[in-house]
Amino acid sequence: MTALLDVGELSKRFPAGKPAGMVTRLRRRFSGGPERLPMVYAVDDVSFTINKGETVGLVGESGCGKSTLVRVVTRLLDPTDGIIKLGARELSHTPARRFAKDQDRKRVQMVFQDAGDSINPRFTAFAAIADPLRRLRKLTGADLRHKIEEAAIRCGLPLELLTRFPHQLSGGQRARVGIARAVAVEPDLLVLDEPTAALDVSVQVVILQLLQRLKSELSMSYLFVSHDLSVVRLLCDRVLVMYLGKIVETGPAKDVFDHPLHPYTQALVAAVPSVNEHGVERLRLTGEPRSPIDPDPDVCRFYGRCPRGGDRCKTEMPLLRSFAGEREVACHFAGVPPQ
Amino acid sequence: MTAVPALSVEHLTVEFRTRSGIVQALDNVSFAVGKGETLALVGESGSGKSVTAYAIMGILDPAGRVTRGKATLGALDLLAATPDELAKVRGREIAMIFQNPRTALNPIRPVGRQIADVLLRHADVTRDDAPARAVELLRAVGITDPSRRAKAYPFEMSGGMCQRVMIAIALAAKPSLLIADEPTTGLDVTTQAVIMDLIGELAAEIGMATIFITHDLALAAQRAGRIAVMHAGHVVEFAPTRELFTHPRHPYTAELIAATPDTAASLAQLASIPGSLPDLRRADLPPCRYSERCPRKRPVCDQPLPVAAADNPHPVACWNPL
Repeated sequence: MTALLDVGELSKRFPAGKPAGMVTRLRRRFSGGPERLPMVYAVDDVSFTINKGETVGLVGESGCGKSTLVRVVTRLLDPTDGIIKLGARELSHTPARRFAKDQDRKRVQMVFQDAGDSINPRFTAFAAIADPLRRLRKLTGADLRHKIEEAAIRCGLPLELLTRFPHQLSGGQRARVGIARAVAVEPDLLVLDEPTAALDVSVQVVILQLLQRLKSELSMSYLFVSHDLSVVRLLCDRVLVMYLGKIVETGPAKDVFDHPLHPYTQALVAAVPSVNEHGVERLRLTGEPRSPIDPDPDVCRFYGRCPRGGDRCKTEMPLLRSFAGEREVACHFAGVPPQ
Repeated sequence: MTAVPALSVEHLTVEFRTRSGIVQALDNVSFAVGKGETLALVGESGSGKSVTAYAIMGILDPAGRVTRGKATLGALDLLAATPDELAKVRGREIAMIFQNPRTALNPIRPVGRQIADVLLRHADVTRDDAPARAVELLRAVGITDPSRRAKAYPFEMSGGMCQRVMIAIALAAKPSLLIADEPTTGLDVTTQAVIMDLIGELAAEIGMATIFITHDLALAAQRAGRIAVMHAGHVVEFAPTRELFTHPRHPYTAELIAATPDTAASLAQLASIPGSLPDLRRADLPPCRYSERCPRKRPVCDQPLPVAAADNPHPVACWNPL
């Protein structure tokens, strides 16, 4: 299989803290050399690939860096370090602003969380879908109209709804507009950021099935971000589990959720309520996550919340190690039965 | 079920006057919740779950009006009570946890003070003792370093911590009934599990009845003893949890279970629910509000809904149940 997207050692750090006051600025000026600001390690040394036609899930709790990773991969943010290769093209050197007008912009598109908030409220459905087609495919007139109608039909949006504004559409219809807008330019990679989080279960099913059908019709690859593990299990081939900026476990989605190897994945899976288990005793995470600001490079990010954490976790950061069945886990104790 | 329910709601009917007509938001909603019991109200958005809670609490929007029904808590009918009577009961006897703790908490008051406010008003605590009691409550809901956190403002805390503060406020006066309206929406699954454990433990400790409102069927299955399924302002089915999932009788319940991703082995197995909620402003709403979406509709469905016997443990509002 050929990798469509190849992300290597990607990092994104943000300066943390308040903007410096006058005294600090003066002191900085006369102390020689720039002062090192505390940094938030939002994404730290992340590598993964997405093959052609594959759906990769990205899961993790809020604040773990999912959204930052997605924004860097879709080139809405510039990475601090690392490479992002889309096919043969290296994207990480093109600044985000310039990439907006790049010929490869149309190859990576995004469906945002809650279409109600991500569609311009003063655009009709037609105008919302037209916008990327005009900008990225330079379509006008009858060609444009034809392409918009084709995208709408493909996404199950009745053509008479195209003249409506977002507030005149139901949640499911808005989600369809958001998807139609992204697939109209026929991208190779579609990044979906919690596309069904705002929907009721009955509508969610329809949207998930639509996404599944579109993927094969348009031969796209998906990066699917969600915190709903039961949805990820159904839709994704492979899954990446993220914790505080690092990938802690990867592997085929069903295997990872059925037999998680990393303690964090185990806690995550145990926390998902199931229709079939009433009042079962479960593994619970205690405490708050460690601070992402200048984390100690030698301490496991999960240390402190981890039920298995030991002395080694304080002195040596666990790296991703390979396990049978195309799985990788970053834990010293993975595969070792608990005492 | 206990002999004397903590709260019993009978024939609750609520309508909203809007510019485009009268919305019949709730129609003939009845259920009871016993002491120490957890009851879940489940349904999709617009089914009337929150309106039920707001009507019980007496905090309906001014456009809403209870046209019929009773909600008995002890000897008091909450729906007929005067504002003064209600003010005494709220916070002391019934408490509510709202969706989205960040907007429900006062943004410009430290959380410790907000807890102390409730204690002073409802729990006969003196002004001198209140701050210390507030810190104690923060510790009870599992907040680390509670004396420092008591001085924090809501924006300085994570969503999970804000929800813990909401729980501390709700439980400050040890109420006999807690209404939790989607208490974990927007929280991570790991935090959700911890928060739900916490509510469950505290409820068991003080023998409190809990009405738990959610759209997540799997979460309701895990946490509630009995489940009332709502659709378009009707309670369509009311059954013990296990019974509901093994033998759903209302067609809507069955469809809802089939649409829950948790139950399916593959995406193709998930079934969607055809149609959408009827427009509740219509004058010609059919007696069964599901009938227009229902695959099992028969001519008898145009008759008024069957009335279940009061002692039926598994009432279903359907002429042609599964």
